[in-house]
Amino acid sequence: MDLIEAALERRPENKEADGFRAPGMSRRKAVQAGMFGLFRAAALINGLALLVIVFFLLKNGAGSVTWEFLTEQPYDSMTRGGILPCIVGTLILGLGAMLVAFPLGVASAVFLSEYAAPGRAVRVIRLGINNLAGVPSVVFGLFGLAFFVTWCGFGVSILSGVLTLGLLSLPVIIGTAEEALRSVPQTYREASLGLGATKWQTISRVVLPAAVPGMLTGSILGLSRAAGETAAIMFTAAVFFSPRMPSGIFDQVMALPYHIYVLATAGTEIEKTRPLQYGTALVLICLVLGMNLAAIWYRARIQKRNQ
Amino acid sequence: MKEQIKIRAKNLNFYYTDFLALSEVSLDFFPHQATALIGPSGCGKSTFLRCINRMNDLIPGVRVEGSLCLDGQDIYGPKVDVVEIRRRVGMVFQKPNPFPKTIFENVAYGLRVNGGRDREALSRRVEESLRLSALWDEVKDRLDQSALGLSGGQQQRLCIARALAVRPEVLLMDEPASALDPIATQKIEELIHELKKRFTIIIVTHSMQQAARVSDRTAFFYMGRLIEVGNTETIFTYPRHKQTEDYITGRFG
Ligand SMILES: Nc1ncnc2c1ncn2[C@@H]1O[C@H](COP(=O)(O)OP(=O)(O)O)[C@@H](O)[C@H]1O
Ligand SMILES: [Mg+2]
Repeated sequence: MDLIEAALERRPENKEADGFRAPGMSRRKAVQAGMFGLFRAAALINGLALLVIVFFLLKNGAGSVTWEFLTEQPYDSMTRGGILPCIVGTLILGLGAMLVAFPLGVASAVFLSEYAAPGRAVRVIRLGINNLAGVPSVVFGLFGLAFFVTWCGFGVSILSGVLTLGLLSLPVIIGTAEEALRSVPQTYREASLGLGATKWQTISRVVLPAAVPGMLTGSILGLSRAAGETAAIMFTAAVFFSPRMPSGIFDQVMALPYHIYVLATAGTEIEKTRPLQYGTALVLICLVLGMNLAAIWYRARIQKRNQ
Repeated sequence: MKEQIKIRAKNLNFYYTDFLALSEVSLDFFPHQATALIGPSGCGKSTFLRCINRMNDLIPGVRVEGSLCLDGQDIYGPKVDVVEIRRRVGMVFQKPNPFPKTIFENVAYGLRVNGGRDREALSRRVEESLRLSALWDEVKDRLDQSALGLSGGQQQRLCIARALAVRPEVLLMDEPASALDPIATQKIEELIHELKKRFTIIIVTHSMQQAARVSDRTAFFYMGRLIEVGNTETIFTYPRHKQTEDYITGRFG
């Protein structure tokens, strides 16, 4: 017995264990405070970045955002006048993209997480969707040009732009829709099936209604991303300048992000239109932030109602 | 005697992929009786219960062997309509799980999915079910309010009403009172006494007292096997097997 204990004493890991000391209280506190500070700094930098951008845009652009700016067409080679066609164009493109992507995305999500038997096929489809999310938007733009504009013969038009943007926001929408479906308690499904409901009745009457708020929130986030997109619409829908409002889905449109790009790089008087550029950017960011806030507000309201 | 058996399990084996969760279970259930399933947790009570309304079909990779008959018809037979089985065999779950809908719509749900449209008839059946589950007086003035605003005990009685609305023949209850306080539990137990006059009731419970109070027959499961079954009184006073004795006297479980 003693021999064994003595042997154990001699084992090298015991020496190490002896040398192992719990850090003192002051040290623990220091580490705690340090890590806390680090995380707080990270959060602060994030918030600060947004503040700086908004402040910068306000300082440089607020002066040019007048009622006239929001409600009139540009004129004098876009050095004067307003950006109404761009606002309208961006809203049409964004909403149109959601109209295309929301039903398709929700249907895909329902198939993937409610119907398809888990297995290789589903894994491959998911992998494809996730990779789609990582494709740069300019590639979507080129694809839209090759496929919708040229091959389908839709031309550079609202239709081509909406389809391209829809495709671009599809992964986001499928992702949030699947997340929303997963968050519906399994017991709802069991209760429904247990009452003699079919699978489709269960999905349409219980699962989807419970998941829709989450899906809508995700889609609004997708929408705000689509609204800010430049590269995807550059070749498929956006026009440099249009003297009239669009009147159909085969018309080209002006759009806020592309307008900024044009004014800042290709206009005749880049320096002179700086305030207009900032003003346009300010309007765009307000639009996007507004959409995101609406989504957050909507989600909070639904959560409160479900308490 | 045979026509008196409502549900008959014969040499039932159940596998979760490779894991044998029920082994050679043979057990009969009779109409107008409440049968309690007891046994330590993990012994297969819920698994057995969920075999009866084929709720286990939802889990991938499960396999059933042996036979399980409802009124002499094999529940796992090739031509069986699962929806039909589930309509005849209602289920109440461990945690109250009303839908995030109104009280009325919760009870009417089973009727609606079975094609019920007529508002009159729906209302009648909803009232009938709520009265049966002893909830009517508490909710008759707020049928159009969310079911999530009810207390836990009320929610569970609502779930019972929801199950009763489709007029099942068998009612499966998986620890229906385990999430409730003593008073709500007592109400559920009184309810079971009323309901067993009309239905075949199978109730899983982890409380010996509850099994003794509500059931006519008791079946003791241990590690996926049915150890013994008999009149509740007999099981509790003269258990034939040592494991049963040990379990009901609280020596393990
Ligand atoms: N979905 C499942 N997949 C694999 N094993 C399971 C699953 N559900 C239950 N089991 C196993 O089957 C056995 C019986 O479980 P269950 O019927 O829930 O027991 P009880 O209801 O008596 O507590 C347990 O060992 C449990 O781990
Ligand atoms: Mg259980």
